Amino acid sequence: MSVNIQASEEAVTAYISGEIDHHTAKGMREEIDNCLERMQPGILVLDFRDVSFMDSSGIGLVIGRYKLMQELGGEVRVAHPSAHIYKVMKLAKLDQLAVIEQ
Amino acid sequence: MKAINEVKITLPSYSANEGFARVAAAGFFAQMDPTVEEIADIKTAVSEAVTNCIVHGYQDRIGMIHIHAQMFEGGLIKIKIKDKGCGIPDIKLAMEPMYTTCQTGERAGLGFAVMESFMDKVRVYSAVGRGTTVVLTKRILSRAENG
Repeated sequence: MSVNIQASEEAVTAYISGEIDHHTAKGMREEIDNCLERMQPGILVLDFRDVSFMDSSGIGLVIGRYKLMQELGGEVRVAHPSAHIYKVMKLAKLDQLAVIEQ
Repeated sequence: MKAINEVKITLPSYSANEGFARVAAAGFFAQMDPTVEEIADIKTAVSEAVTNCIVHGYQDRIGMIHIHAQMFEGGLIKIKIKDKGCGIPDIKLAMEPMYTTCQTGERAGLGFAVMESFMDKVRVYSAVGRGTTVVLTKRILSRAENG
């Protein structure tokens, strides 16, 4: 489990890797939120290219960050989910909260 | 109906075991030659059910989770996931999409919705103070049938 964060002036990109479940989501959330509070970016990109598994804990992770970014006046984008992860996201109608770039 | 193969796993409700539980189920059913998508569906549903035992059934204590995975003729699989935790007062409400008792805002309330979407059938038996059993069933199509 890890999150690699890259920040530019307008956007923070969090490259998440490994499996997202209830056990791993907490550490990922803390790492991302620490950075968001420090940087206060206009855009948060959550990049799922290296995520091999995700259950509904990943949905909670995205929705929680969406709420935080709303408070900061910014937006969330989801990038590169695998077919399976996209299926979980569609089920949760995440595409109505965030732009999903496949 | 007699199972053609089965496995029972009992594990304590440490969240670190969520990954083991879904991988164990996937490993057991691999002998049915499922598609990558079917395996992902099973792993996700098992992950949701086991997480429910940990987060809701046992909450702030550690208890045992019992998983009974069975395969039957015709590609039918059944997975029972049981805890002896607090139980669910209103099963219908608990299964509503987006319903959650979690106060932190980090749980989506979609566990049962995911199970229902990824498996053919989800049955829930629960008694307050005694525990909850979730029974997941799905028919695995052989690769020959899938084309």
